[in-house]
Amino acid sequence: MDKFFHSVTLDESKCVGCTNCIKRCPTEAIRVRNGKAVITSERCIDCGECIRVCPHHAKRAKHDHLSMLDRFTYKIALPAPSLYGQFNNLDDQDYVLTGLKKLGFDDVVEVSGAAELVSEATRRLMDAGKLKRPVISSACPAIVRLIRVRFPDLCDHVLPLLSPMETAATIAKQEAMKKTGLPEEEIGCFFITPCPAKVTDIRMPIGIERSKVDGAIAISEIFPQLSNKMDKLHPDELEPLSNSGIIGVSWATSGGESSALLKERYLAADGIENVIRVLEEIEDERIGELDFIELNACTGGCVGGVLCVENPYVAVARLQRLRRYLPVSQNHLESGESVPEDMNWEGELEFSNVLTLSDDLARAMEMMMEIDEVEASLPGLDCGACGAPTCRAFAEDVVRGNSQKADCIFVLRKQIQQFADSISNLDGGILPKDPD
Amino acid sequence: MSMLKLHYIVPGDDFTRAGEASGDVKHKLKKLGYNPTAIRRVAIAMYEGEINMVIHAGGGEAFVEVDPEKVEIVLVDKGPGIADVSKAMQEGWSTAPDNVRSLGFGAGMGLPNMKKYSDEMTIDSVVGEGTTLKMIIYAQSTKL
Repeated sequence: MDKFFHSVTLDESKCVGCTNCIKRCPTEAIRVRNGKAVITSERCIDCGECIRVCPHHAKRAKHDHLSMLDRFTYKIALPAPSLYGQFNNLDDQDYVLTGLKKLGFDDVVEVSGAAELVSEATRRLMDAGKLKRPVISSACPAIVRLIRVRFPDLCDHVLPLLSPMETAATIAKQEAMKKTGLPEEEIGCFFITPCPAKVTDIRMPIGIERSKVDGAIAISEIFPQLSNKMDKLHPDELEPLSNSGIIGVSWATSGGESSALLKERYLAADGIENVIRVLEEIEDERIGELDFIELNACTGGCVGGVLCVENPYVAVARLQRLRRYLPVSQNHLESGESVPEDMNWEGELEFSNVLTLSDDLARAMEMMMEIDEVEASLPGLDCGACGAPTCRAFAEDVVRGNSQKADCIFVLRKQIQQFADSISNLDGGILPKDPD
Repeated sequence: MSMLKLHYIVPGDDFTRAGEASGDVKHKLKKLGYNPTAIRRVAIAMYEGEINMVIHAGGGEAFVEVDPEKVEIVLVDKGPGIADVSKAMQEGWSTAPDNVRSLGFGAGMGLPNMKKYSDEMTIDSVVGEGTTLKMIIYAQSTKL
């Protein structure tokens, strides 16, 4: 498997080398080089902000296609709760779930159902009092990756539980093996995903060696065919497949995961820039008295994912309607106080120092002084014409040896001016005048 | 040994900018790959000091020196000075005005927290002239 698989990729033919994506990237992972955007692999957290902001649609999310189903004997769809917010007038999840079966899946296991188990496991872990407060949700893979590269001191606050998607896959495979007698490798689990970060999370999971999910199909890819199947469904054909309640469905929106903890001292932030501000404040211990922090990279939560088709606010309104007559929760862990082993992370979240200047502190300090010096000679406009998001980032690129100072058009202009001046000085005195 | 010197003017007239200097120091220490625990302690200790300068002294200046072993923070103001340092060090003691209390400041935890998060702290204060406060945080300190 690739060392750095990313769902977010560039379509070079569409990229015009503008500054939209470099300005927006929360880890400063993008530069424009030779007129095209280049993503620094180890810095990218697959949040999808660049996809959202690119006016030329040059940023894409790699995801799997329905044709991948053919590789497995028994295929199971794992729909994200956000999928339910994409359809108008939906008051029963069974329309969506039966529709998925009509698309060729043998079974459906709702991720919202697994989310209810994760909520219960979180409550148990928090009650046991062993987690460092405030506990930070690990459900959004872009946020976990953001913390890993930008917030070293918060890594041990991240909830060490696998995501609802992963738990849904574990359950789905166990049940399918029992039901069909097939070996695990012939059973394929496909997450119906609202975002590219989940696609990456399947290929390069955090907290587990290998994901049990075999593929991720974008909501936007499946939506046209699925809504077509749903439109043609006769009420008699509806299968009683849904098995989740208010708690599970609410995971689709910001605040859903934390309200499921049934505690008051929580905060839910969404939108990557808001999230960064909250993380900074937690780091400085400026947010006290909180037990749980829910963070979602996308505005509105998962309904705001770049692979959704509906406006996140409309999706929220639709989910409110859907949730209305649901039971609170339909999934429960076995009684007791423990959390099943296969819901836990296998290891801890480890800080990745891809943004630091050097592994050697003394060398890093020298570099920072050089960066300060280079930055002082730049115009400070943060225009992005050099291909870096800010003058500061450009100064860092120069010191790292990835750019040359003359890549700044203002520096270049000054250099040309000086060059022209010295030429004209030569012309004025030192050189002998042409007698003609 | 290499040393990085940073200097900040902390404006006293704009409360909404309080915390920018300590935020910048934190950001730079992260870029350097400094010890994460030390970064957190520097960020908190300096933030408290910076807020104090804004609330009580009409702003001031911050001088920060970073070397591989330690971070030294010197906060200098020309404010009213601290009449009774030992009292100011008591948890819960505060002379902060009501307008900042409504923002959650003025709980009387500023100086106690600075003491708690730094390895060394000295306060030099003259009533009517101002206060100079020095804090040192060692990169490999095992305090906290």
